[in-house]
Amino acid sequence: MSNSLLEVRGLNAWYGESHVLHGVDLDIREGETVTLLGRNGAGKTTTLRAIMGILRRREGVIRLRGQDLLGLPLHKVAQAGIGYVPEERGIFASLNVAENLTLPPIVSDGGMSLDEIYTLFPNLHERRTSQGTKLSGGEQQMLAIARVLRTGARIILLDEPTEGLAPVIVQRIGDVLVALKKRGMTILLVEQNFRFAKKVADRFYLMEDGRMVNSFPGHELDARMDELHEVLGV
Amino acid sequence: MSTIFGIPTPALYGQILIGLINGSFYAMLSLGLAVIFGLLRVINFAHGAQYMLGAFAAYLLLTYLGIGYWPALILAPVIVGAVAIVIERFMLRRLYGLDPLYGLLLTFGLALIMEGAFRHWFGAAGKPYAPPAQLTGAVNLGFMFMPIYRGWVVIASLVVCIGTWLLIEKTRLGAYLRSATENATLVQAFGVNVPLLLTLTYGLGAALAALAGVLAAPIYQVSPLMGTNLIIIVFAVVVVGGMGSILGAIVTGYVLGVLEGLTKVFYPEASSIVIFVIMAIVLLVRPAGLFGREE
Repeated sequence: MSNSLLEVRGLNAWYGESHVLHGVDLDIREGETVTLLGRNGAGKTTTLRAIMGILRRREGVIRLRGQDLLGLPLHKVAQAGIGYVPEERGIFASLNVAENLTLPPIVSDGGMSLDEIYTLFPNLHERRTSQGTKLSGGEQQMLAIARVLRTGARIILLDEPTEGLAPVIVQRIGDVLVALKKRGMTILLVEQNFRFAKKVADRFYLMEDGRMVNSFPGHELDARMDELHEVLGV
Repeated sequence: MSTIFGIPTPALYGQILIGLINGSFYAMLSLGLAVIFGLLRVINFAHGAQYMLGAFAAYLLLTYLGIGYWPALILAPVIVGAVAIVIERFMLRRLYGLDPLYGLLLTFGLALIMEGAFRHWFGAAGKPYAPPAQLTGAVNLGFMFMPIYRGWVVIASLVVCIGTWLLIEKTRLGAYLRSATENATLVQAFGVNVPLLLTLTYGLGAALAALAGVLAAPIYQVSPLMGTNLIIIVFAVVVVGGMGSILGAIVTGYVLGVLEGLTKVFYPEASSIVIFVIMAIVLLVRPAGLFGREE
């Protein structure tokens, strides 16, 4: 697919000797929100880590706007325009909220200003001098998302942003993703909660045992419930 | 003559000054060790040798090139920092991710090689290194005479320690350092060149040791083993302050230096072990150190 912002072809990856991704193909176009679905251990987080280069032992093709990312060191991948929000959020205890927020360097123009970010996440403004890890789980997740919005990244890899959060916070994060989508942000979302993902996803990829087993447009989600129940075990 | 607890005040103040001067070196050296350990997780046993290299760099610059104390204060740390950068790039880097014991063994071996080489070339005896003309003489403080150079060392060390603390706590570079200490992979995933940060940190830590070496040269003379004697005490200071704690290294360095000085006045027999006794007590009561974060 030539008009892909992010193109992944035949991606294989290994944890030590363990072969964990088997020929993963993935395409994301500019402005799209794509969700990876799959049960625990299917390879969703590993796919994000392999795209970023956190998982170093991998083969295949990863291109961002045609630029090959596979041979780049981790920081160059981020500088190429990929923003990463890890599953564990990665809020730094030694930094306050404002320092956490401004830690990632700007990689290109077009990122959100601090004022825009604080408008989107008013709690973060109120607590900007608090130690990052003193925030609630929901606030930490918002901080983790907010942190990459400043950088001007072309695409955000968002790993399980609703995990372990109260329904009201999940709703709030959903609203934020809708707002980002309206701004034309490109998002690759890993999520087990497909009802949450349904609000924002243009397309879904289904993973099982380190392989992509299917993909379909967002509007087909309801029609594929039986298949999802089978693959996700829900 | 006035006394405090039966000790003449000039003797007491003199020992406090000596304690402050020793504390200045403890603080600067433990600061560099703490910065290196905090980010690289390397217990840099070569730190004492890098302190010695700083003093020798100043001595050699003066002896062979006629470059005096003030330029040497800049040049010696730059030279030693550059040597440290080469060590990090070609040796230490290969050990990241392994047990910290490997880094300790490598730097211990490097320290032995550096000290052995300088002993071979220059002998074990100390080489005199005169203080600059502007800092010779003494001032009468009313209660004691203070050598101007020693006062300068305390002030310079305070400036360096506070400057380094501000760099780490109040600047963007410091925020990178602090966050990389917690999760270097994630900081690199944000686009920060962490491998370069590690290299520069090791260079900065070694440069701090070299700066301390230049400051020490006129007081203790320049000798290949000058770092060996100091480094064990400095490791104790780092443990008491908390491994990797910048503020802990600074505060503990000065406090233990003064306590050691006071012990020389009140119970001289214990002066050489007081720091290690304090270390043992701190390890028993608070294993992470006074300023360290419990894991």
